[in-house]
Amino acid sequence: MSEKRELNLPLGPTPEKMQAAYAAADQMPGEFMHVQMGPQHPATHGVLRVEIETDGEMILKGTPHIGYLHRCFEKVAENITWPQIVPFTDRLDYCSSMNNNLGWSLACEKLFGIEVSERVQTIRVLAAELNRIANHCVALGSYSLDIGAWTPFLLLFQEREHILDLFEELCGGRLLLNYIWIGGLSHDIPDGWLKKVRDFTEYMKPKVPELNQLLSYNKIFTERLANVAVIPADVCLQYGVTGPNLRGAGVKWDLRKSEPYSGYETYDFDIPVGTGEMGQVGDAFDRYMVRVHEIEQSLRIIEQAAGRLEKMPGDDVQAAIPRTFAKVPAGEIYFRTEQPKGELGFYIVSNGKSKPQRVKCRAPSFSNLCVLSKVAPGLLIADMVALIGSIDIVLGDVDR
Amino acid sequence: MTQSEIFAYLQTSFPDAGLVLDETQPEPLIVVPREQLLDVARLLNADEQLHFECLMCLTSIDMGEELHAVYNLYSMKHDHKCTLRCRVNREDPVIPSVSSVWATADWHEREAYDLMGITFEGHPDPRRILLPDDWEGHPLRKDYQPQKEWHGIPLEAVQPEDLEKKRENG
Repeated sequence: MSEKRELNLPLGPTPEKMQAAYAAADQMPGEFMHVQMGPQHPATHGVLRVEIETDGEMILKGTPHIGYLHRCFEKVAENITWPQIVPFTDRLDYCSSMNNNLGWSLACEKLFGIEVSERVQTIRVLAAELNRIANHCVALGSYSLDIGAWTPFLLLFQEREHILDLFEELCGGRLLLNYIWIGGLSHDIPDGWLKKVRDFTEYMKPKVPELNQLLSYNKIFTERLANVAVIPADVCLQYGVTGPNLRGAGVKWDLRKSEPYSGYETYDFDIPVGTGEMGQVGDAFDRYMVRVHEIEQSLRIIEQAAGRLEKMPGDDVQAAIPRTFAKVPAGEIYFRTEQPKGELGFYIVSNGKSKPQRVKCRAPSFSNLCVLSKVAPGLLIADMVALIGSIDIVLGDVDR
Repeated sequence: MTQSEIFAYLQTSFPDAGLVLDETQPEPLIVVPREQLLDVARLLNADEQLHFECLMCLTSIDMGEELHAVYNLYSMKHDHKCTLRCRVNREDPVIPSVSSVWATADWHEREAYDLMGITFEGHPDPRRILLPDDWEGHPLRKDYQPQKEWHGIPLEAVQPEDLEKKRENG
């Protein structure tokens, strides 16, 4: 016991502390306590098991074990036709189905050489950004729950409910939407729907400052997140961490700006980045705050898209959908889009038949989670909860 | 740099490596022999003019006789992309691990081993990642046959052909 106390590591996540923790764990195998966090744990956002080696409250080693929600997406995709895969992409990251549909449809459209009309593109952008807000509402709400604040969770889920109602009117689905198809959309927008979108943006705008007042700048909350679980920019790049987590580390990088698709280059919006507002750049608070600002930016995009759609004459949203997928161009392609959680990429191998030869889904949560074992050493057990919540993983996306 | 410029740049550094530029695909890719893969990866990552700091995706593909591993690289600094492809025989599916170059490859290689059965030599943690540790076979191979049972749980294998037959018979 005395040996353990002599470690006397400094507080705060420094590289020296991580190295010291690693070295200590290697030298004294079996001296430390093993804790299995999960697979059924309220703060792991699903069925994730983290094997933790601790010295008292401090984590020396954290190893994530995944696969509890593996549903063989890639194998299933080899046995069904191209358009049949769209509903399966809903179930990858079930908090942002629309963005998954978009990623898959755009990848196939690029491979098959399909062009969709400007109106379809605008509707897609509008729907995808609505889903981005819904996703961030879940992320921030459940994060506040992890940290111990119950009220913001209820409020954010209430805002999300408005978006789900809009989706229900749009395509009938609330969670699993199957809305964006290869070459088009499943339904045109209903009459009066844009008015409701306008009402929603007007309703949502004052909610963001309200959230900041209630939660973001709450003393307890900021104290809990500032300087916790810092992921520096170089570690993010090395581990393939993308999306709000990368932007939280201060890297101004967004696929909607750097590799625009669906006409994102024509919209006016900013990329929020982490600034170390409450502590260091790239800490849990920065990752949280980037998502709050992204809600504001998404609202801006939605307003612009709605404004354009109001002026645009109607057209057939299924005009570009191929009559048959029995014969498609052969080839391989990697296409990536900015999903709310990060870079969603599809590597597709087509051999010209109605079913893909191989589909690889580069899921954002999968790569984002893999940094956990790097960041965990030196954290307190309670901060592990803050880390997992701030990365915003969905296990359906990790395990596929 | 474009893919062909990157290829020419690599050729000057590795004249005898046997690199091939495959331009038959919508996006051209560089075929690298597995003996050279790690050296090429290190150069791509470290060279100032190339500076590929991001491994976007690592895909394993069953092409029948051969198993392929495809590396999609991206340089945020220079905003250019590069695709590497490593081809190995089905009977001897061993590829050197690039997880020392890009940490992203750690989990992606474990996934490729788990589902496709490609062994990544020098990987620090070569375990299965999605399937249980005692699972038999690698499901994404085209000739995969699921085991009969796993720890007493019967695994009734439903083949796509059987499903089609069922549909035809009503």
